[in-house]
Amino acid sequence: MDYWAKGCGLPRGGWYSVGVVALFIVLPFVYGNHDLLFNMMMYLALAQGINVLFGFTGYLPFGYVGFFGSGAYGASLAVLLLHLPPVLALLVGAVIAVLLALLLAPLLRLSGAYFAIASLAASEVVYYIVSNPHLESLTQGPYGISLARAYDADASYAAMVVVLALAFGVVVYLRNSHLGLALQAIREEPVSAEFAGVNVVRERTCAWLLSAALAGLAGGTYAWHVSVFYPKSVFDLNISVFAIVFTLFGGVATLLGPIVGTLLLYGLYNWIGISQPEYFQLVFGIVIVMLVLFLPNGLASLLRRVNVHVP
Amino acid sequence: MSPSALLVVERLSKHFGAFQALDGLSLKLASGEILGLVGPNGSGKTTAINVISGVYTADAGTIHFDGQPVGGLPIHRRAHLGINRTFQVPKPFKGLTVSENLEIAAVYSGAGRDEIGKCLEFLELAPLAGREAASLNSAQQKRLDLARALIARPRLLLVDELAAGLNPAELQRMAQTLMTIASSGVALLVVEHLLSFLRELTSRVVVMDAGREIFEGPLDVAARDPQVIDIFLGG
Repeated sequence: MDYWAKGCGLPRGGWYSVGVVALFIVLPFVYGNHDLLFNMMMYLALAQGINVLFGFTGYLPFGYVGFFGSGAYGASLAVLLLHLPPVLALLVGAVIAVLLALLLAPLLRLSGAYFAIASLAASEVVYYIVSNPHLESLTQGPYGISLARAYDADASYAAMVVVLALAFGVVVYLRNSHLGLALQAIREEPVSAEFAGVNVVRERTCAWLLSAALAGLAGGTYAWHVSVFYPKSVFDLNISVFAIVFTLFGGVATLLGPIVGTLLLYGLYNWIGISQPEYFQLVFGIVIVMLVLFLPNGLASLLRRVNVHVP
Repeated sequence: MSPSALLVVERLSKHFGAFQALDGLSLKLASGEILGLVGPNGSGKTTAINVISGVYTADAGTIHFDGQPVGGLPIHRRAHLGINRTFQVPKPFKGLTVSENLEIAAVYSGAGRDEIGKCLEFLELAPLAGREAASLNSAQQKRLDLARALIARPRLLLVDELAAGLNPAELQRMAQTLMTIASSGVALLVVEHLLSFLRELTSRVVVMDAGREIFEGPLDVAARDPQVIDIFLGG
């Protein structure tokens, strides 16, 4: 495998990541809707998190939002209860998401639809625990969280740029490393991967934890950015569905696929949502059906058909 | 335990529900030796390979590899020690290229690019190195399965019905390939239905029926053994 692009000093796909991150650094100076840019970055990061797990190991986590929500709550409670500065609190959010992933690691014994449903159920369990009124003293129950005193739109935007860069970095690493190749082997044929010498349980768990950490970071940063939120808004199944659809639309196990998928579909989502909101669900539904029927391997597969390498 | 035996299997048993797939199987295999494992369908040949390679855990019995008990080790640990296998239905990483299929195993065995190149040449896969494994035909996928096992640098190779579906010319080349592998010191345990193919490889076979060994010795003697004839002809 050619691990490094010749002569440019970055692994393959690295320059695309740098370009997209640079774009989101520059855009706030020329485009006024910073919330849209922030959400776009959030979904780009989440789509790469889904990519790490589904693209490289074949596990489709419908309950991915559970990590996002636990990251949002972990970071928020670190600010409110431990009085940590928001940047440190984001790390706490990531740690909480990783701890949840460790707790749920036995789900990796399942596969296919069973795993997808079990992960969804697990995220619902976490939601009901967090929103339980009896835990009001700890999580504020169903009444939501306010981080008004920590609110800083610019700093949280900058933090999401860093999270995005980190998400790209993880996928670029996997696209160019032995670990990424081993994970793809596990996705293709787990038993053959074992005979190739891969410790399937360890590598799969590694991808699971990495994916959870990215969602936890994104969730914590989202909480900081919006500063007031309810359990339902950070454990909303739509967050999982959007991230999954964006990833699949572009093409999994590539860096560019989820980027293109998110930019196109989230752009479409906002364009229709503003110009023709009454047709939004219809158009989005049609796009998803078309994707499943005609392009199950995403836009990247179109390029591969004509022998174009997709980083 | 024989000092020269690389693999020593003793009283191996495995059941699936009420079905006793292995019932006290014992066998020994030395480095560079080729042992044929034959028997009718359901006699336990593939189960034996699955248990020795770690796909299944034995209910009873022991497996020693190079003097070390390996019965409790996971598959990848056995692969690191030098136990590897091919599959009756090949299981390549279909979405990856032929070359990448080998690179994965090379990472863990320490094999370099040269070794991958030689392995691809040896198994006539070099012209296909950049192709997706999914695009290979059945015979090519079998060779890729074998190449993946070889690049892991096995000392014991379990070969599960590699000859099935190959044409006469491919059978001839495959027999030659397996003998070359054995001549390099790799022990081969070959499960095979095609006795003519097996005859080209080895004279020593273990015949199984209902999970038990019913004969061990030269293939020609097995062909005249009344009990062996009985189970193969169903009399």
